Amino acid sequence: MPDVKTYSYDVLVIGAGGAGLRAAIEAANSGVRTGVICKSLLGKAHTVMAEGGMAAAMANVDDRDNWRVHFSDTMRGGQYLNNWRMAELHAREAPDRARELEAWGALFDRTSDGRILQRNFGGHRYPRLAHVGDRTGLEMIRTLQDHGIHQGMDVHMECTVLSILMDGGRVAGAFGYERNNGEFVIWKAKAIVMATGGVGRAFKITSNSWEYSGDGQSLAYRAGADLMDMEFVQFHPTGMVWPPSVRGILVTEGVRGEGGILKNKDGHRFMFDDIPDLYKNQTSDSEEEGWRYVQGDKSARRPPELLTRDHVARCINREVKAGRGSPHGGVFLDIAWIKKYIPKAEDHIRKKLPSMYHQFKELAGIDITREPMEVGPTTHYIMGGIRVDGDSQMSTVPGLFAAGEVAAGLHGANRLGGNSLSDLLVFGKRAGEYAAEFARKNGQGAVDNGQVEAERARALAPLERGASGENPYAIQYELQEKMQELVGIVRVESEMKEAIEVVGRLKERAERAGVAGSRIYNGGWHAAMDLRNLLTVSEAIARCAVLRQESRGAQFREDFQSKDPEWAKYNLITRQDGGGMTVEKRPIPPMPDELKQIIEEMK
Amino acid sequence: MRNVEFRIWRGDGKGGDFRTYTTGIDDGMVVLDAVHKIQAEQANDLAVRWNCKAGKCGSCSAEINGLPRLMCMTRMNSLPLDEPVTIEPMHSFPPIKDLVTDVSWNYEVKKRIKPFKPRKPDAADGTWRMQQADVDRVQEFRKCIECFLCQDVCHVLREHTKHDEFIGPRFFVYTAALEMHPLDTEDRVPDLKETDGIGYCNITTCCRQVCPEHITITENAIIPLKERVVDRYFDPLTRLFRMFK
Repeated sequence: MPDVKTYSYDVLVIGAGGAGLRAAIEAANSGVRTGVICKSLLGKAHTVMAEGGMAAAMANVDDRDNWRVHFSDTMRGGQYLNNWRMAELHAREAPDRARELEAWGALFDRTSDGRILQRNFGGHRYPRLAHVGDRTGLEMIRTLQDHGIHQGMDVHMECTVLSILMDGGRVAGAFGYERNNGEFVIWKAKAIVMATGGVGRAFKITSNSWEYSGDGQSLAYRAGADLMDMEFVQFHPTGMVWPPSVRGILVTEGVRGEGGILKNKDGHRFMFDDIPDLYKNQTSDSEEEGWRYVQGDKSARRPPELLTRDHVARCINREVKAGRGSPHGGVFLDIAWIKKYIPKAEDHIRKKLPSMYHQFKELAGIDITREPMEVGPTTHYIMGGIRVDGDSQMSTVPGLFAAGEVAAGLHGANRLGGNSLSDLLVFGKRAGEYAAEFARKNGQGAVDNGQVEAERARALAPLERGASGENPYAIQYELQEKMQELVGIVRVESEMKEAIEVVGRLKERAERAGVAGSRIYNGGWHAAMDLRNLLTVSEAIARCAVLRQESRGAQFREDFQSKDPEWAKYNLITRQDGGGMTVEKRPIPPMPDELKQIIEEMK
Repeated sequence: MRNVEFRIWRGDGKGGDFRTYTTGIDDGMVVLDAVHKIQAEQANDLAVRWNCKAGKCGSCSAEINGLPRLMCMTRMNSLPLDEPVTIEPMHSFPPIKDLVTDVSWNYEVKKRIKPFKPRKPDAADGTWRMQQADVDRVQEFRKCIECFLCQDVCHVLREHTKHDEFIGPRFFVYTAALEMHPLDTEDRVPDLKETDGIGYCNITTCCRQVCPEHITITENAIIPLKERVVDRYFDPLTRLFRMFK
């Protein structure tokens, strides 16, 4: 085809964060030709933003920890909607994945006997997060990057994938463009690993970067794959709220893991006011006991600030709505108070939370060793995504695999902090391994030139319309406003139905988007190309959230405020049907007795 | 809200010039916010590279009023706003378009540096033991977000374009992280002297001064590496010793 470059691989990995790089390393090491597509430069993916750590039951700090406890913590956190097989594999394999990173050069913080140090985090019964200060994600992506570039994989930086190319029912490759010059590319592949991350850009207040536009979910959906649990969007309880331009930027849960407490404008520590029954036995009832816990006292129970993210976010929301918030519409997160208990607290805070210190100092002019931070909920993560087989990570489309945030299952209705970095490695590895196996057993599918031609024409249309078309940024901003307002932390049917209508109207406008300028690194064109994906995932989130008439995990329905045992039996499946989107209930497969017993024992 | 004038370089590999935009600035805004506002409202096709907007990914490097900085970490109220704010791409790398430069050279350089090679595991279970104090030194280097501002400011690259003979401060930091890694057994000292061009660095500390992660590049990374090269190749006693070995 004229003016279209072609590359050919056995395994093509789309996305180069933790999951994509780990998948690519596994595939390349198994001897198949492997290509990786990054939407940005290599090493800039959103994984760098992960701060707190990677959950792995290595029991370096508390010898009572093991995979069974980690498994039951993950299931409890996910309110039992999790793919139990993934939760099991994740808990069993995470320790090996952490140690493997060390063998590739990662330098985690150490225990006094020289092993990998582990810290406390919300919803984890024991200190479990391997970490490097509060920049664990950077350590992880750099380790994978620096190891990966010597494993013989090709890296295509700053490319956007527009479509998965299909040969009948199976994958044949991907079609997209290079940002640098706007040239179109076909990447032929026998198997594809989708590792594109999340959907945060569909919301106005988010901790996610521009890349998080739901590309993988939307590409897979259009290729015929099932999506699952799309209603479960995690709002991280602590994002920055001031100044306005940094609203949403993440404040790590590690602040609370190190002893940080939440207070309202009256100085009241409101997290003690509302502790869910599921966690009553594990939560401290005094300041003194909570402090002993974060200091490593094994007889103490964890402070209420370390309850799961969905709950903490709702408590903050409640305080703000009741008029007890901070001046800029958040609450106070105080780490400076620990000087009451430890000498030289300022140095300790700077050592344990260096990038938080830096971030507040430079962006908000706040010294967190002296003053409290103002924080509020921010869109952070989607538990839902592409439905995959727990062992192989293959989606319902043959040859299409998915790993990391873009895949659904591990986290159920709510993800525990620290379970994401381990998810990336455990299932990145598995996806790479099984994709390579698939590529060895299957030939290359044929590329459908008609499909390429249609996508190419579609991609060029905004440039042909030019500046007289709809401004793509304006469409994106309106979507973000509406999703935030109508499908946010507190949901109600009438608002979500309105959101579905808004998405419908914006889809029509997106079809008329236009941009001036050339194909060379054209920001407006890129924004126009991302709209289709943002709109698809937004619609899926809203439709699923309407159908699930209960409050569970990350989904809180004002019109159905309690958990409904009937709804505990189902995941929601989204798929493309004709031109439209359908959502249906799918019964959760029965859990083996062995796993059921673990959950019983750990109650 | 006040109006501020910006001079932004617009162009590509063939050339370009500064264009003036005026936009309203709110409390707490950073330079990247202003650029995004201009992009959304006045110049849809403006090219700017960015990701995290929190100083953690190192994508939005540019030169603001002549200084290499991250646009996302430069607050508008730290700049004189009575005069135009000038934003241009990094000078050490070829321009692609507007504020975006071709930094691929950095990725090629990294690939040439010998990778991490750990010693045999210390424990029977295949793991190692390291003390925090030994790890601290290297953790400083591993804070690097690869923004390449140090490469941009370094006169060996910027003025003398020694890209073929000199790897630049970023990769001395990278090499130092490997050489000082408690587990590493590889030897990169010959490469530092022969192919990496460490001798070109005359420790002006410009790189350390622009590092947004405050890594003490010159003193903690480059000088110790220079000492290793000197010890091995230029110390008369060592040379004598080698002659009789």
